[in-house]
Amino acid sequence: MENTIQDTQTSEIKPPIIDVGVIGWMKANLFDGVFNSILTIITLILLYKTVPPLISWAFIDSTWLSTGPECKEATGACWSVITTNYRLILFGLYPYELQWRPLIAVIILIGLLFYSKDRKHWSKYLGYAWIIGLFVMGILMRGGVLWLKSVETSEWGGLPLTLLLSIFGLTVAYPLGVILALGRQSKMTFIKYLCVVYIELIRGVPLISLLFMSSFIFPLFLPEGVTLNNLLRAQVAIILFTAAYVAEVVRGGLQGMSRGQYEAAESMGLNYYLTMRLIILPQALRIVIPPTVSVLISAFKDTSLVVIISLWDLMKTTQTVINDPQWMGFSREAYIFIALLYFLGCFSMSNFSRKLEKELDTGY
Amino acid sequence: MNDQQENKIASPSDENIIEITDMHKWFGDFHVLQGIDLTVKKKERIVICGPSGSGKSTLIRCINRLEEHQRGTIIVDGMELTNNLKNIEKIRAEVGMVFQHFNLFPHLTIIDNLALGPIWVRKVPKKQAEETAMHYLEKVHIAEQAKKYPGQLSGGQQQRVAIARSLCMNPQVMLFDEPTSALDPEMIKEVLDVMIELAREGMTMIVVTHEMGFAKSVAHRVMLMDFGQILESNTPDEFFDNAQHERTKLFLSQILI
Ligand SMILES: Nc1ncnc2c1ncn2[C@@H]1O[C@H](COP(=O)(O)OP(=O)(O)O)[C@@H](O)[C@H]1O
Ligand SMILES: [Mg+2]
Repeated sequence: MENTIQDTQTSEIKPPIIDVGVIGWMKANLFDGVFNSILTIITLILLYKTVPPLISWAFIDSTWLSTGPECKEATGACWSVITTNYRLILFGLYPYELQWRPLIAVIILIGLLFYSKDRKHWSKYLGYAWIIGLFVMGILMRGGVLWLKSVETSEWGGLPLTLLLSIFGLTVAYPLGVILALGRQSKMTFIKYLCVVYIELIRGVPLISLLFMSSFIFPLFLPEGVTLNNLLRAQVAIILFTAAYVAEVVRGGLQGMSRGQYEAAESMGLNYYLTMRLIILPQALRIVIPPTVSVLISAFKDTSLVVIISLWDLMKTTQTVINDPQWMGFSREAYIFIALLYFLGCFSMSNFSRKLEKELDTGY
Repeated sequence: MNDQQENKIASPSDENIIEITDMHKWFGDFHVLQGIDLTVKKKERIVICGPSGSGKSTLIRCINRLEEHQRGTIIVDGMELTNNLKNIEKIRAEVGMVFQHFNLFPHLTIIDNLALGPIWVRKVPKKQAEETAMHYLEKVHIAEQAKKYPGQLSGGQQQRVAIARSLCMNPQVMLFDEPTSALDPEMIKEVLDVMIELAREGMTMIVVTHEMGFAKSVAHRVMLMDFGQILESNTPDEFFDNAQHERTKLFLSQILI
């Protein structure tokens, strides 16, 4: 104590023991005041009641490699439903002996995504890598060239289908949304109202009904003989839907830009296109990274709605498995598994957005 | 003083760079510019002052088409300002503008702020544009900040960067719209010094400012605007000591307390 008093002169005051360490932390954060203490105790009781049973269900009493009937005897989770059926869940109706092809396609895709995560890697070569990668993925999935057997898109399913719908959906919807947002601000009345009508119409309709329309009503308008594949129609519906939401988010960003930025750009002779591309959009899009990623994340999850037009995405393949009489009653385990897959996708997206936001922060 | 000498070093040539005749502008029903006649010679330096709301900003913003005039003509460097977009872009590239609030591009580094115009408008190779940028940054005494972002600089530094950014386009004329009025007092001088250096080198300048010291030492002509008109246009000596117009005397008495 005497030391402390002397130390004040050299401006190094140590905190009282009680304020530091585990006890100090608990006192400050868990038990400061009667109300907080009660809340803490209730929470602890709830945790005690739920966590241990959950752990023993999921890990201790669980079965991992057994048949359905054996599972029904056990008290814990039946992860066997996954380990036995994972290929149906992940690849759907894709011909069993050819499933190495979608597997490689997914690996290429995830590899490219991971590599692209770092902005230092963004170059024209990465662009080429994506083009080649997409081409290879297309050939692997579709076949019909070289010695690869052709596989109809109606047989595609599971994880590759979900990833295809969402990644294509998002990468096309984003620039389309930006264009719509710019169009909505246009001085040309016709373009402006076209964009407004489009955005408001789409936003006024749930995705489900858009998917229905694209799948059942739209074909009625096609000339006889012309068919458009179901997958492509769903993809277009997802793109059109997501773009409208992206457009509104981006519009918010554009409205946040000050007149001065436009004027400074214009006064040095930049035309509209360059002003937007070099000055306005880089700033406006950065401001709206968080809401944009929210839109993209919900679009990713919404791809699961394509079950209703009988595309075999992850949700549909999972439902197929749990409708199998042998595995009836294990929907919990199956849904937890695909929830985990969806979570991984969404979590990576929001992680990436946070990273990007930090990197692009220049202190204004 | 040596003001007179400075003026002689870079005296105006006979060539007109800007010719404005009987120019009018309305904001809706509001007749903001009411018949402006103004001719600016190459290397001439003009200071415009006048009460707030008198149309000073609008006038100089018409010169590079940030505002559109509705009657009369504006000719810049031989090109008339019309709705011809190509012409407008050409004129804007010849006319530099410095704003009250700097308007630097916050997402770009200082050097990128400067190199952007030359690269995209003048089609100068990147390396050369960056060399030019460094040259002008040195000129405004701020080269060591080249890699920083605008948000990391003080107001005075930002305004000097803004001036350098305009200079990089190698403009024929520089327009200044109250370049020091958003600055803390201790930063005004560093910006004015840069402007005085520019003047010494013979830059054609139109400056809206209430810095009367600057007007006295640098301007060839000082003008008073009010109610959308140029009420008085005179040499600094005459303007400050022997104003023709009552309005000028009143304005000066208010501003020089
Ligand atoms: N975009 C605009 N729309 C309508 N009125 C405007 C606009 N810009 C300026 N004004 C009006 O025009 C007048 C002149 O403005 P301005 O040229 O900025 O004056 P100054 O720069 O001399 O203070 C002011 O009354 C202002 O309110
Ligand atoms: Mg003004």
